[in-house]
Amino acid sequence: MKQQVIKVENLSKAYQIGQIGTGTVSRDFERFWATKIRRKEDPFLKIGETNDRSTKGTSDIVWSLKDINFEINQGEAVGIIGKNGAGKSTLLKLLSRVTSPTTGEIKVMGRIASLLEVGTGFHPELSGRENIYLNGAILGMRKKEITRKMDEIIDFSGVERYIDTPVKRYSSGMYVRLAFAVAAHLESEILIVDEVLAVGDAEFQKKCLGKMGDISKGEGRTVLFVSHNMAAVKSLCSKGILMENGRIVKNAGVDEVLNVYNSNFQEMESEVSWTIDTAPGNATAKVLSVRLVTEDNYFAIEKDAVLEVIYENLIDNHSLNVSVSVFDDKDTYILSSPNLSRSPLPKGIYKSTCVLPKDFFNKGKYYFTVLLIGNNFDLITQLDKVVAVDFDEEGTKRGEYFGYWAGAVRPYLKWDNLLLKH
Amino acid sequence: MMDKNNSEDWDLVIKGHTSLFDLKFNDLWHYRDLLFMFVRRDFVSFYKQTVLGPLWFFIQPIFTTIVFTFVFGNLAGISTDGLPQYLFYLSGITAWNYFSDCLTKTSTVFRDNASIFGKVYFPRLIMPLSIVVSNLVRFGVQLLLLLCMMAYFGIKGENFHVTYGIFFFPILVILMALLGLGTGLIITAMTTKYRDLTFLVSFGVQLLMYGTTVIYPLSAAPPAYKRIIELNPMTGIIEAFRFSFLGKGQFSLWSLGYSAIFTLVVLMLGIVIFNKTEKNFVDTI
Repeated sequence: MKQQVIKVENLSKAYQIGQIGTGTVSRDFERFWATKIRRKEDPFLKIGETNDRSTKGTSDIVWSLKDINFEINQGEAVGIIGKNGAGKSTLLKLLSRVTSPTTGEIKVMGRIASLLEVGTGFHPELSGRENIYLNGAILGMRKKEITRKMDEIIDFSGVERYIDTPVKRYSSGMYVRLAFAVAAHLESEILIVDEVLAVGDAEFQKKCLGKMGDISKGEGRTVLFVSHNMAAVKSLCSKGILMENGRIVKNAGVDEVLNVYNSNFQEMESEVSWTIDTAPGNATAKVLSVRLVTEDNYFAIEKDAVLEVIYENLIDNHSLNVSVSVFDDKDTYILSSPNLSRSPLPKGIYKSTCVLPKDFFNKGKYYFTVLLIGNNFDLITQLDKVVAVDFDEEGTKRGEYFGYWAGAVRPYLKWDNLLLKH
Repeated sequence: MMDKNNSEDWDLVIKGHTSLFDLKFNDLWHYRDLLFMFVRRDFVSFYKQTVLGPLWFFIQPIFTTIVFTFVFGNLAGISTDGLPQYLFYLSGITAWNYFSDCLTKTSTVFRDNASIFGKVYFPRLIMPLSIVVSNLVRFGVQLLLLLCMMAYFGIKGENFHVTYGIFFFPILVILMALLGLGTGLIITAMTTKYRDLTFLVSFGVQLLMYGTTVIYPLSAAPPAYKRIIELNPMTGIIEAFRFSFLGKGQFSLWSLGYSAIFTLVVLMLGIVIFNKTEKNFVDTI
């Protein structure tokens, strides 16, 4: 059986939110009095509550992590995933000893190196080489260890030419390359990585992922990887830990965990319906329901999705049609698409569907506004951002690029390559 | 597989509450290379970003000495124990500057390094220690200035002489460094929560200077205040410093011993409070 390298037991972390400053002296005193003199439980920890951003809390203490337990074996690559505010970063901070737990403990075998942000402590005035020494030392390497690995680090970073230039003259890409190179050559048994792949070009990202794969599979070291990039998590990690509101929801193989994440965590309303009394509209027509569907209710940009609008026509000979407008999460108006076939309809309940084609949207959130339009192009009702979807990405179209793919939409335009001259 | 439940079987146990006196000195030792890299970084960055570079090390003590000579020596006519005024003030300022630099710079360690401390773990004590060592370089340069001035006034035939006290010089430097460090550690730990203490520091250090024998000799202090001035641990150190280099001043092993004990107490207190604060300060700053 494999050896355990990390064992987390009943780990909790409470944060004080709101204003720190006023009243802290008296509060500190009260706390001191209760815990140290009277040996009672800390009064400010009793009133804690789970960390849910969207509901307004009643106390100043939130539990960013609450009773976390897990174990990690040597050589495993574990992806930690979850929504923003789920407690991933707090967990990493505790593991890397940046801050300490409120209760519970973490037991570790071997050295931990953490990369919560690449290039920590880089000084702009120092040369690349000097920064390798400085950054390496900050990450816990001894000077002779760095000297021994210097050539390897410079080689991996690919910035040989500028190695004796102050890093303030580096491009941001070069900066990250150098920083990652230092961290990747740490001789630690456990490596913690947080979202470093968000920068750098495709070639370097591939190199980073490859290096991290080598570290876990080839060298038998343990990697903890926190990312929102599911494609990268899937390709790198063998196990996954899914977190929500400071607790572990699922701790299993990476595929299983990603499935749970994909099905449970599309937080936004993809379906809205009304009763006939509350249905929006007027005396001529009313909207009964709007929903977004796919075959298996998993929304990914590589799959078709369908917008369904069900409405009731209350008068005969009514030229009704539905129009949809799409916005992204920055409120950019992406497009609008009306149903152009207008023909007079008899009374009855109708369903209009509109296919949102695959390979068109980008990963992320989109909001759909639905309009119902009647005779003479009268607006019967406008349902602003009535449904929304957070598209995931299966990553099958990416090839070997795992980085951020910008754009309000992401259609795969047709490319051709012609040899013009040999 | 053996189930490991004892904490001894693990290399590292991270938990919320540790002993106050678990000061992790072996951890500190492991990171000793980092200390010298920080010192080097401080020096190189200071040197590279200024027009006059290391000249700044001289400008501040020279001008302060001139102003003190004019105000306290000429206008107020305060005694300098028969020493040349320039030498008297410069010696006091050199020693005082080292102490006050150590204190003021370590007193903002948490705030100045919040971003790096929030990203990566290393023994936090490395940072204030590197400040004390960096300042040593600056102190050395200013000491050189003092020695040059001594040579100049020596050739002019002024009345002063280096004494046996010079053998205590390393101890004096260590005491100043540790006293500044200890006080700074206490203050920086407190300022993570009570930010307004920062204002007190620059102001307090200035006032404290007047409570130390920088601008007047202890022998010239009125008897009523002499006791109070002697209670200041820096007084014994500055007096001994002046006695070593210039041959005037009150050198007593008693007052040095008092300063040493005071320093050790402040330092231990400082380290304990600092270590307690470092674990969670990221959450409050």
